[in-house]
Amino acid sequence: MKPPAFEYHDPVELEPALELLRRYQGEAKILAGGQSLLALLNFRLTRPVALIDVNRIRRLSYIKEQDGRLCLGAVTRQRAVEFSPLVREKLPLLAEATRLVGHLPTRTRGTIGGSLAHADPAAEYPAVFSALDGELVARGPNGERVLGAREFFQGLMTTALAPDEVLVEVRLPLMTAQCGWAFEEFSRRQGDFAIVGVAAQVCVVGERCKTARLAAAGVGPTPLRLERAEQTLEQDGLSERSIAEAAARAAEQTEPPSDLHATAQYRRHLTRVLTQRAISRALARARGERR
Amino acid sequence: MSESRRIRLKVNCEWRESRAAPRKLLVDFLREDLGLTGTHVGCEHGICGACTILVNGEAARSCLMLAVQADGAELTTVEGLAAHGKLHPLQEAFREHHGLQCGFCTPGMLLTAYDLLCVNPAPDEEEIRAALSAVLCRCTGYLGIIEAVKTAARRLREAISK
Repeated sequence: MKPPAFEYHDPVELEPALELLRRYQGEAKILAGGQSLLALLNFRLTRPVALIDVNRIRRLSYIKEQDGRLCLGAVTRQRAVEFSPLVREKLPLLAEATRLVGHLPTRTRGTIGGSLAHADPAAEYPAVFSALDGELVARGPNGERVLGAREFFQGLMTTALAPDEVLVEVRLPLMTAQCGWAFEEFSRRQGDFAIVGVAAQVCVVGERCKTARLAAAGVGPTPLRLERAEQTLEQDGLSERSIAEAAARAAEQTEPPSDLHATAQYRRHLTRVLTQRAISRALARARGERR
Repeated sequence: MSESRRIRLKVNCEWRESRAAPRKLLVDFLREDLGLTGTHVGCEHGICGACTILVNGEAARSCLMLAVQADGAELTTVEGLAAHGKLHPLQEAFREHHGLQCGFCTPGMLLTAYDLLCVNPAPDEEEIRAALSAVLCRCTGYLGIIEAVKTAARRLREAISK
């Protein structure tokens, strides 16, 4: 179908966008890349009074390194993230996850901030932000506040953003030396939302696991940090037995939904298998084996 | 603010201008207002890829963009692929390898393949398959399309190295 009528604004600066949000009192939607919102409008699943298009706000699009972190403007295109040499070098988990977000033609328009603010439970970026304790910077009438991934994702497609706030920047810690990464997911077709996805970043010191950062998508209303699996690796090391144990504990930690696409039992099974694969692949990379 | 707006954009190297309401999708603007019916309207929610065009040189879904968002942009549609009366090497290869049956997905397939070859001039078969998964062919004639993209990639590389 076609979108219902709406009032349309496309400011070139952030301040007028904030003023418009305030004026519409929750009746306006921010339009970023539109790869989810325009589909919802075409289906008439949402009928906002107004759209505030942030695509012309140039200063919300950048990728930079600052204080040991990667900082990305919220309107940075997924395609720009995918091809950024800085992201590939300093945060390869983000680059690998990006290649799993939809298809290249949707990544041309889709933005990193849009995906995070949309908070689809099966999306890749929320899992990466959960695993790495990413930060999300919201701007509202009273200035900025910085939210941790844990507090940002509150429920099914629900975030801590207030109706008068805009996501302006997102931040992730850079990967340090002797770390490896992997994003594993299973979907019925290439480019679909994952049935289950697992983000992993593992740092080693000799045979020991210094830190393990793991999170799953598709197993609940929000991304799930796989803390028990992380503890297993950090305490018991990186033997095959320990990896298998961590994967089993990851699966135990999930309480996944059953739906048209997969039963809860199948999702739990996928969590175990994908966690095991993600840790193994991350570990191989941390040890310098090319995979 | 829901009244129509002036939209000025470059389509297939030619400046065009018209007016549209903000709710008008870019694909409908191309077809209905600019008369460029080569771009097809499929699912209207970004899944089928039939409406894929190039926006500032990069493939994008024209059903997931508003016409007003394309103001000032440079677009390429399937009508702009052939130059000087000669088919683009991709189009030529689709013809040779029977890369189209009903033709509905073809404009989206062509522009998706075009974008792939811009970012990766020498894709292997797996990469071609992954890229073309962005477009659905309901005739299921994928094998001919994959062969066509391989052939076009090779010819374009040869043309550049000459």
